[in-house]
Amino acid sequence: MADIIKKATRESYGEALAELADVNKDIVVLDADLAAATKSGTFKKKCPERFFDCGIAEASLVGTAAGLATCGKIPFISSFAMFLAGRAFEQIRNSIGYPHLNVKLCATHAGISVGEDGATHQCCEDIALMRVIPGMVVVSPSDHIEAKAAVHAAAEYVGPVYIRFGRVAAPIINDRPDYKFEFGKGVTMRDGRDVTIVATGLMVAEALKAAETLAADGIDARVINIHTIKPLDRELILKAIAETGAIVTAEEHSVIGGLGEAVASLAAEEAPCRVVKIGINDKYGYSGPAAELLKLEGLCAENIAAKAKALAQRK
Amino acid sequence: MQMNEATKKELMITACKIRMGIIEGVYNARSGHPGGSLSMTDILTYLYFKELRIDPKNPRWPDRDRFVLSKGHCAPAIYSALAHRGFFPVEELKTLRKIGSRLQGHPDMKGTPGVDMTSGSLGQGVSAAGGMALAGKLDNKDYRVYAFLGDGELEEGQVWEAAMFAAHKKLDNLCVIVDFNGLQIDGPITEVNSPLPIPEKYAAFGFNVIEINAHDFDEIEAAFEQAKTVKGRPTAIIAHSQKGRGVSYMLDQVSWHGAAPNQEQYEIAMTELNAQLAELEK
Repeated sequence: MADIIKKATRESYGEALAELADVNKDIVVLDADLAAATKSGTFKKKCPERFFDCGIAEASLVGTAAGLATCGKIPFISSFAMFLAGRAFEQIRNSIGYPHLNVKLCATHAGISVGEDGATHQCCEDIALMRVIPGMVVVSPSDHIEAKAAVHAAAEYVGPVYIRFGRVAAPIINDRPDYKFEFGKGVTMRDGRDVTIVATGLMVAEALKAAETLAADGIDARVINIHTIKPLDRELILKAIAETGAIVTAEEHSVIGGLGEAVASLAAEEAPCRVVKIGINDKYGYSGPAAELLKLEGLCAENIAAKAKALAQRK
Repeated sequence: MQMNEATKKELMITACKIRMGIIEGVYNARSGHPGGSLSMTDILTYLYFKELRIDPKNPRWPDRDRFVLSKGHCAPAIYSALAHRGFFPVEELKTLRKIGSRLQGHPDMKGTPGVDMTSGSLGQGVSAAGGMALAGKLDNKDYRVYAFLGDGELEEGQVWEAAMFAAHKKLDNLCVIVDFNGLQIDGPITEVNSPLPIPEKYAAFGFNVIEINAHDFDEIEAAFEQAKTVKGRPTAIIAHSQKGRGVSYMLDQVSWHGAAPNQEQYEIAMTELNAQLAELEK
């Protein structure tokens, strides 16, 4: 595949915010001293009067957004996933989740692909943390197009939404005229009958590459993109279980509490089948170039293909 | 300027009734936090009966003044004030903390008419109040926002994150009140993890600071009036109060921070408050 266009989803976030600035005057954007990195600075440039920097104070950032939301504002708030979902978890749970306030939590630099900054900044727990909050929509877009669509959908939706964005450039995989984004609706990226790869975020592109390798080996793999981890598209996953009988999940997140466990839990309750989880295996990350870290942790097409092949052959 | 004597007497009568509602609620719930509820009652009474621009028939009125009970465990106090102000029946105070009640153990803005912000996890209220004040500035509205904190609550770091933000953003429509009763669950604040000196801290953060006696309506009124005249910075009212104020055996007793009276204690408390009321109504 030559000339793959790539873009980091945090860039997409910034672009979508700038588009929304004119569309909805109730939108306000808040950051915690990371506007240049989270790309919320794009909105600041376009609409400085509705941008507020709370400084390095994530707990108060969340509370301030809650107060703004009680007065009819639609706050989009940003920091790195570690400091938003991680540090401010309890503020998100009590000041936004419990009163079900209309705040959009837009966390960038999620996962191990943060790279050189190392373990303290590599948040592989955010999906788990946000998933357990009742009423929270949890979204993990796979590319530029989906990330922008998710931000626009969040602006329309009334209620709390968590969206995770990545630091590194991601291949654009949703560039097609019939692309439609809807919270809670998974996307079958490729049909197949032997095994299903359920992926989210950066791993969707890897899953598609894995499916090509598998095809060369005579294995017909289905690829499902789950951009909304909560609410989960149960119907689409149960259909995949019924039709392929084996699932591999792939996510740039801990194997505990993320997409893999959501899918495994659904399978266990409704349609028992083998679910093999690919993710960060209950460990901390470390410094290094993002692409190499992803490979070393098995978050790559090669490992997805190997796991899917082994599973398909065991069926 | 001194408050009109008749007005003051009326406020004192109302405060006494609000205290009775607190005791009623906590007694019927068999749990709750009477000490800090009683220490903040007089200021709460002034706010709900003299200061706040609110409409019990329209609790979500967009132009209303906002009140955030950051020390959310003192829910019995705000419920009693709201009930007496006409947001819901006073009789409902007996349902506090019971299954199906609109009166949760800590304030729930979705469930209770007149509650502007969900609270209870300490340290978070001033951030929310700051957001409300900021929204008022953005919309060119003249409503004011009040947030009530405990003194022990000042040990939470987020309180100071929020203070920095409010001063930096020049939120002069925000007024923070600290219920300085000197006691927290584990003992005197000076022994647990002292937040002192309080006025100096708020002054250093850029607030207009006023110290008052929390039980003197003249001082309370003067403070809120002065706060409204200050432009370009938020106000912090440091209110020296007595925990358990109004019930003799609860006065300044840390043991009454989070305990409910038994039937005998309930009757003593109500007898005392009824006597205070009768004296005021003479």
